[in-house]
Amino acid sequence: MIRSLTRLSLLAATASVLVPFYAILAASLQPQDNLSPGLAWPSDPQWHNYVDAWSTGGFADLMRSSLIIALGVVPLALVLATLAGYGLAMMRLAVRGPIFALLMLGLALPYESIVIPLYYDLKSIGLLNTYWAVILPLIGAFMPFGVFWMRSHFESLPPELTEAAEMDGASSRQILREVLLPTARPALTTLGLLYFMWAWNQFLLALILIQDPAMRTAPSGLGKFIQAYGRNIPLLSAGTIIVIVPVVILYLFFQRHFVKGILSGAIK
Amino acid sequence: MADSLANRVAVRDRTVVAPATPVRARRSRARLVPLLYTAPALLFYAAFVIAPWLHSLWISFWDWNGIGVATWAGLDNYREILADPALRLSLVHAFGLILFYSVIPICFGLVLAALVANVPWKGMPFVRTVIFLPQILPLVAVGSVWKLFFDDDGPFNALLRAVGLSDFTRAWLGDFTWAYPAVGVVGTWVSTGLCFLLLYSGIGKIDPALYEAARLDGARAIHEFWHVTVPGLRRELSVAATVTVIAALASFDVVYVMTGGGPGESTMVPGVAIYRLTFTAGQVGTACALAVVLSLLTCAVMFALNRLTREKP
Repeated sequence: MIRSLTRLSLLAATASVLVPFYAILAASLQPQDNLSPGLAWPSDPQWHNYVDAWSTGGFADLMRSSLIIALGVVPLALVLATLAGYGLAMMRLAVRGPIFALLMLGLALPYESIVIPLYYDLKSIGLLNTYWAVILPLIGAFMPFGVFWMRSHFESLPPELTEAAEMDGASSRQILREVLLPTARPALTTLGLLYFMWAWNQFLLALILIQDPAMRTAPSGLGKFIQAYGRNIPLLSAGTIIVIVPVVILYLFFQRHFVKGILSGAIK
Repeated sequence: MADSLANRVAVRDRTVVAPATPVRARRSRARLVPLLYTAPALLFYAAFVIAPWLHSLWISFWDWNGIGVATWAGLDNYREILADPALRLSLVHAFGLILFYSVIPICFGLVLAALVANVPWKGMPFVRTVIFLPQILPLVAVGSVWKLFFDDDGPFNALLRAVGLSDFTRAWLGDFTWAYPAVGVVGTWVSTGLCFLLLYSGIGKIDPALYEAARLDGARAIHEFWHVTVPGLRRELSVAATVTVIAALASFDVVYVMTGGGPGESTMVPGVAIYRLTFTAGQVGTACALAVVLSLLTCAVMFALNRLTREKP
């Protein structure tokens, strides 16, 4: 009894995640003059809707911009988070506590509370409407999670690992590069994937800090697309799926990293 | 930040101007090395998160339309947030979303996790893949999916008609009563998988001896749930609550796409209000005051949750 009840509720939970996707997939294949798609699978799937959505939404440019922003954020953010995670793990100073608290605050701070001043600040130094306007703030905002993530990786290693190198007179730089970094590959991969996904998905910062629609991230482009084509449900559905697909593919390939990163990242 | 800079300057002065004994100098230098490693990250964080936040605080004391000359307003912008029903409502809505983003998903997740923990299943990896999916999708796309789902002629109404509930069909997102819960449901959809998986992995870490002891005492399943499972999940529960409450208070993408805060102000949340105040109404000072209030409330809630769950270890 309990067994079938359990499986039934799990299946219900799974189905409730999938049903909206099925609905939108079915809607994306309806003829564009069909204003009332319902739930039925179309008798004559209009794959051409995807071609139309791709060109009217300018998704080629948007995908490129999303990629540029994500690739601009990931390497630098990884380097900074690794250095700081290592620094924090070996720090024995009294400022450690305040630094910790300051970074903690960053985990709770909503983007809404910093984006308006960023708009005026970046405008005054001429960075508004450039990719940097999103890349730089994202790196800053990604620091708390990344630093805590790398720190807990370094602290999870047995102390003997570094003690031996210290005895041999290795500098902290040598220890980091030759002893610690080789162990950090899985942690860095997970962090890099999360950073990539969060940057690619970024909406609010791109919406406000980049005015040229073609330079925004794919989700921001989708936001504008929805406002412009509000009544053309098949086209909108196709556009939404276009934006979703790259992230889903990435997720399916690196599922373990994503699940582990988000679940244990939340706990740390 | 200031701390680390000051320390670095201090140490340089000491080594150059007044060298201490070599050993002591080297030791104190070694103690400061970690700060150097931490500095670049802190610099980025200070420049692009802390500084803008302080700037926001500063702007919140001014009456400014974003272009012209600003005049000192003192606490007027904060008074306006309390006085203006629409702004006050946006904060109430944000807290109301906690029900949809945190309370319901945690309850669902907890029951589901407790059930599943007792009955292992081969299908679990597939379930996990699907159920975690909402966590990695861009929230704009999630909003878009649900906007279409709740459309006048959309699948949800079609579903209602199919099961003979045509009387209940309506333009969900255009309805003053129903738009808010419709937006909230999306939060439940997004958070439930995360809460379930967090709690499910937590149950795996509870000492099986506790369950055995409970069973020896003749405890029933319900008793076991309340007296072993729930206390054992204290940490995971607090994490799930913290993460989802932050998401609820900071909700912007989903609301912006689904309703833009409407109809009227019925789904207005602080994020959308801040956006509108700045770029439509030209009340940048008020927008920044709202941003400050929102971030302080978020930090306060996080702090409270932290305290609440730490008291009894």
